[in-house]
Amino acid sequence: MDVLNHKFTPETWPEHPERATLEAKNKFVGFWLFLGGETILFATLFATYLALRNSGPDGFEHTTQSLYDLKLVLVMTLLLLTSSLTSVYAVYHMRNFNFKKMQIWMSITALLGTGFLMVEVYEFVHYVGLGFTFGSSAFASAFFTLVGTHGLHVAVGLVWITLLIWRNAKRGLNLYNATKYYTFSLYWHFIDVVWVFIFTVVYLMGVIG
Amino acid sequence: MKKGLKKWRLFSLLTVLAIFLAGCGQEEISTLMPAGQVGRDQFNLLMIAAAIMLSVIFVVVTIYTIALVKFRRSKLGEDHIPEQTEGSHFLEMVWTVIPIILVLIFAVVTVYYTYKLGDVSAMGATDEEGNPENLVVDVTAKLYWWEFEYKDLGIITAQELVVPTDEKVYFNLIAADVKHSFWIPAVGGKLDTNVENVNKFYLVFEKESKDLRDGVFYGKCAELCGPSHALMDFKVKSLPRAEFDEWVVAMQNTADEKPVANQKGEEVFVQSGCIGCHATDATAVQGGVKQSGTQGPNLATFGDRNRVAGFMPHDAENLEDWIRDTQKNKPGNKMPSYGEDQISNDEMDALVEYLMGLKVEEK
Amino acid sequence: MSSVAQKKGFGAAVWDWMTTVDHKKIGILYLLGGAFFFVLGGIEALFIRWQLLTPQNDFVTAGMFNDLITMHGTTMIFLAAMPILFGFMNAIVPLQIGARDVAFPFINSLGFWMFMLGGIFLNLSWLFGEVPDAGWTSYASLSLVSPGHGIDFYALGLQIAGAGTLMAGINFLVTIINMRAPGMTYMRMPLFTWTTFIASAMILFAFPPLTVGLFFLTFDRMFGGQFFNHLMGGNTIIWEHIFWIFGHPEVYILILPAFGIFSEIFSTFARKRLFGYPSMVFATVLIGFLGFMVWAHHMFTVGLGPTANAIFAVATMAIAVPTGVKIFNWLLTMWGGSIKVTTPMLYALGFIPSFVMGGVTGVMQGSAPLDYQLHDSYFIVAHFHYVIVGGVVLAILAGTHYWWPKMFGTMLNETLGKITFVFFFIGFHMTFLIQHWLGFWGMPRRVWTYMPNQGWDLANMISTIGAISMGIGVIILVFNAIMATIKNERVGNDPWGDGRTLEWAIPSPPPFYNFPQTPLVRGLDSVWLEKMDGNESGFLPAEPVKDIHMPYGSILPFIMTLGLFIAGFGAMFRLEHAWGLPVLVGGLVVTFFAMAARSVRDDLGFYVTKEEVLQTEKEIAQRGHN
Repeated sequence: MDVLNHKFTPETWPEHPERATLEAKNKFVGFWLFLGGETILFATLFATYLALRNSGPDGFEHTTQSLYDLKLVLVMTLLLLTSSLTSVYAVYHMRNFNFKKMQIWMSITALLGTGFLMVEVYEFVHYVGLGFTFGSSAFASAFFTLVGTHGLHVAVGLVWITLLIWRNAKRGLNLYNATKYYTFSLYWHFIDVVWVFIFTVVYLMGVIG
Repeated sequence: MKKGLKKWRLFSLLTVLAIFLAGCGQEEISTLMPAGQVGRDQFNLLMIAAAIMLSVIFVVVTIYTIALVKFRRSKLGEDHIPEQTEGSHFLEMVWTVIPIILVLIFAVVTVYYTYKLGDVSAMGATDEEGNPENLVVDVTAKLYWWEFEYKDLGIITAQELVVPTDEKVYFNLIAADVKHSFWIPAVGGKLDTNVENVNKFYLVFEKESKDLRDGVFYGKCAELCGPSHALMDFKVKSLPRAEFDEWVVAMQNTADEKPVANQKGEEVFVQSGCIGCHATDATAVQGGVKQSGTQGPNLATFGDRNRVAGFMPHDAENLEDWIRDTQKNKPGNKMPSYGEDQISNDEMDALVEYLMGLKVEEK
Repeated sequence: MSSVAQKKGFGAAVWDWMTTVDHKKIGILYLLGGAFFFVLGGIEALFIRWQLLTPQNDFVTAGMFNDLITMHGTTMIFLAAMPILFGFMNAIVPLQIGARDVAFPFINSLGFWMFMLGGIFLNLSWLFGEVPDAGWTSYASLSLVSPGHGIDFYALGLQIAGAGTLMAGINFLVTIINMRAPGMTYMRMPLFTWTTFIASAMILFAFPPLTVGLFFLTFDRMFGGQFFNHLMGGNTIIWEHIFWIFGHPEVYILILPAFGIFSEIFSTFARKRLFGYPSMVFATVLIGFLGFMVWAHHMFTVGLGPTANAIFAVATMAIAVPTGVKIFNWLLTMWGGSIKVTTPMLYALGFIPSFVMGGVTGVMQGSAPLDYQLHDSYFIVAHFHYVIVGGVVLAILAGTHYWWPKMFGTMLNETLGKITFVFFFIGFHMTFLIQHWLGFWGMPRRVWTYMPNQGWDLANMISTIGAISMGIGVIILVFNAIMATIKNERVGNDPWGDGRTLEWAIPSPPPFYNFPQTPLVRGLDSVWLEKMDGNESGFLPAEPVKDIHMPYGSILPFIMTLGLFIAGFGAMFRLEHAWGLPVLVGGLVVTFFAMAARSVRDDLGFYVTKEEVLQTEKEIAQRGHN
């Protein structure tokens, strides 16, 4: 079957387009496994963060309590959680073979993600302005690495979805790119879940104690 | 007949090999001749382990040999098609359950000794008058030498640990630069000296070191710490309690009575700046705070020591060689070398004589 | 090799290999790349042993010795043992499950190039004269203060090679999950496939911590991080935990495929079904699982306290049980069989006693209080060489002889193979048996030299002589491989005559599409079953001959890796040269654009028509008759 040019209608479109061919199934399983590895990666970062939290040279000033601003973090959380929801809508429309709506919802997802990233950049710049830089304590290194790795994942996701939206704008949905959209949404949910942990473990526990 | 001869030869060869391999090494450094309770516990554990493990090896090798002899294709013929056995629940149970039992036995012994050897609860114990009941030595590992501080006694020494026999000696271990590991093989296992935290354990010295070949036990650094890791040796003197107490008093007196074997040598020692890093006063600590001259090894007992720089033979020639070119002898160590333009040959002779005269023990 | 390939010029052939996504060719690349590093690591080992031949030897300097031990360990684990095993996995696993390729051929190629260029990056440190020198474990306090760029080469080189390994791991997992032929249920998979499966799962969970740890090290050394700097609140023990959370599963990642190789060999040359197959599979899974629970037994002397030590000690000993099950199953596979002592079987026979000895010394060290004595002494050196050389390397040598005909279409000379074994095996025991006693006698590991009169002189000399014997064995093997290639005597489908698994039902080497028709599998040891049922070819097709879908080759994997390779140098020299930062960014941009190109370009592969398949099969059949 020519996965690229085979024309579908909403009636002939398979229920699970993301794993309708062997290649697609491979990508689907492979991506789940990849996310398993990513989980371990973040787990290691979280463990290190917890071990080094509020630990620095004698008399260092910036601690979780003095640093974090929950209001800002709440905005970020809302942006990212909403973007996860919009990507669900996008996948819903993909299942219904509604390419246009899928593109729109994916674009909204990307916009929300961009918003999140901008706030995060603002947050980091703000910290650096306060004198809390990557090298100022072990705690700082662990914080920037954990949250920064998450931010990098968001950035990579944004580039990915932008490329997908742009590349397929004129081609419509087929069994070749359906998997790509689907794995993106998986990735995006994963990032979202990681953020929930960051919100809890880093910010909430940091402020509360 | 011929076959028998061959077997006999093989057997005798194996016997020789076995005797050789069962060698116990040298008393001052071998874990197989433990000179204290900790080392002996570990040795006993080794014997239990070896007994279990050798029996396992014996069973495996027996089955293996029989199978190999009995079921060769050259015997059975090229066309022989063996029965395609799937397995045997009974046999599989046997070789699952028996190892579990063996492991359990070994595990129980292991856990017992783990807690026994890890027990440092008595470390800070004091008697009714508030005096510490046990000897505690603070060990600081540095590139590439060892510092031993007896905080409760107000004295400090280096490179040669002096301890009383037949009592638990407790250790606080830390590293000053990179990670090292503190190991006296003949007395007990090792414990790492980390950079960020103090590790505690105890050893018991049940043998007087004066009966040993060099009069000392050998201590080693067991964690790769840089180019001269191999040379980061120290020595241990174990004395009966009474002699140890005398030694402590002599050490405490080094603040006032410094032996000067060569007046000029002392001047060289001061003028060349040796004194900046090396105190000759064993009380260069007060309440655990180090005074000046503690960057390098304390030299109050230098003349009593067994080695120069921890590993070179203890004589004038080696001492001079050491001071002249420390990097050649111990690559990467922190002590500068002193060429003839800094210390002339005459001065060196005086310095060496002075250093060799720094003693607290009567000899 | 088909007639088309022979007409190609040299440049075209190089291009062909650089762009290949064929799992069999990538398998060969892995094997050759790994063999290169194996020889390199072996030379380093010989230098180490030569330095220790006599007390106070001055063959190499203290600094150079630390370079040698570090590079020997790192090279052998990451660049020799794993890639060679990957070579076998690539070449054999798809054949064993009746697949036409791996799940992600492109990523397969990417994984190989990342290993190769990562390995080259690491070894370029020799040319720069700044070599990693903190041991293969690179403990943080020492690796932070190590001068020069040595540790930077270590951190960046392993980062690149490690990422390649992770990709390979995911690839094999998906291949085995999704691409098994009809009838090839999990419980009919050959044990080499099973062990590959479990080892790949372990890679998936063990390598991310290594990635993180290496990033921490990189940050601390090159970008002002403070993870391990205790003066800034950092903690060096974190590195030890992270390293061993990776490092312990890593040794099982090596040994499990080795178990797989030996399982194949025992059952092939005993002409008997593997005894207790289900329990073998279960033991493999259990070892894989327990492998993640025991990392702290490498850290008994760190001072974690008696409770932690006791827990990890008991967990460690538990691994002895499934491993023992495996040993006895192999013995019972031989029992009642018809044993033919070919070269691969000779290695398998040598493996059993060697590995049992390595295993029992492992249990001894699992006992924490005993480990206080044995840790970081020569005993541990003896122990891990008994499991890694006595297990993994013997498996690699066995696998090389066993699968050489399948991979290259020629046989290695059996007599030379047996001579290799004798030199290697005797040398191995001579080198490492005595080292147990060196450890008992108080000799710490990683010592550049030792003073005389400590009772260690003779033992060290024996050990060095043994190492030379191992070296001779390897030289004979290399000679054997070259001779076999020059003579080029082609072999048929199953040159051993006792093949049991699917790879032996197709030509050696197989055509690029592997199976003209997807096979139908009716049980364990599929080929053997078919032959016993009177089907001489050992092959039962599941479908008629059809067009076959195959992937295109691509140079992009190489370019992506090259970008990272260049970026590595930029990162390293960023602080001392103005060009550092631009090169770092430039390299990453190259990689990024190659990735974008991969993402945007449609790569759907092509179809081999039914006629072409039939034509190729005919040619191969005719070649067989000549």
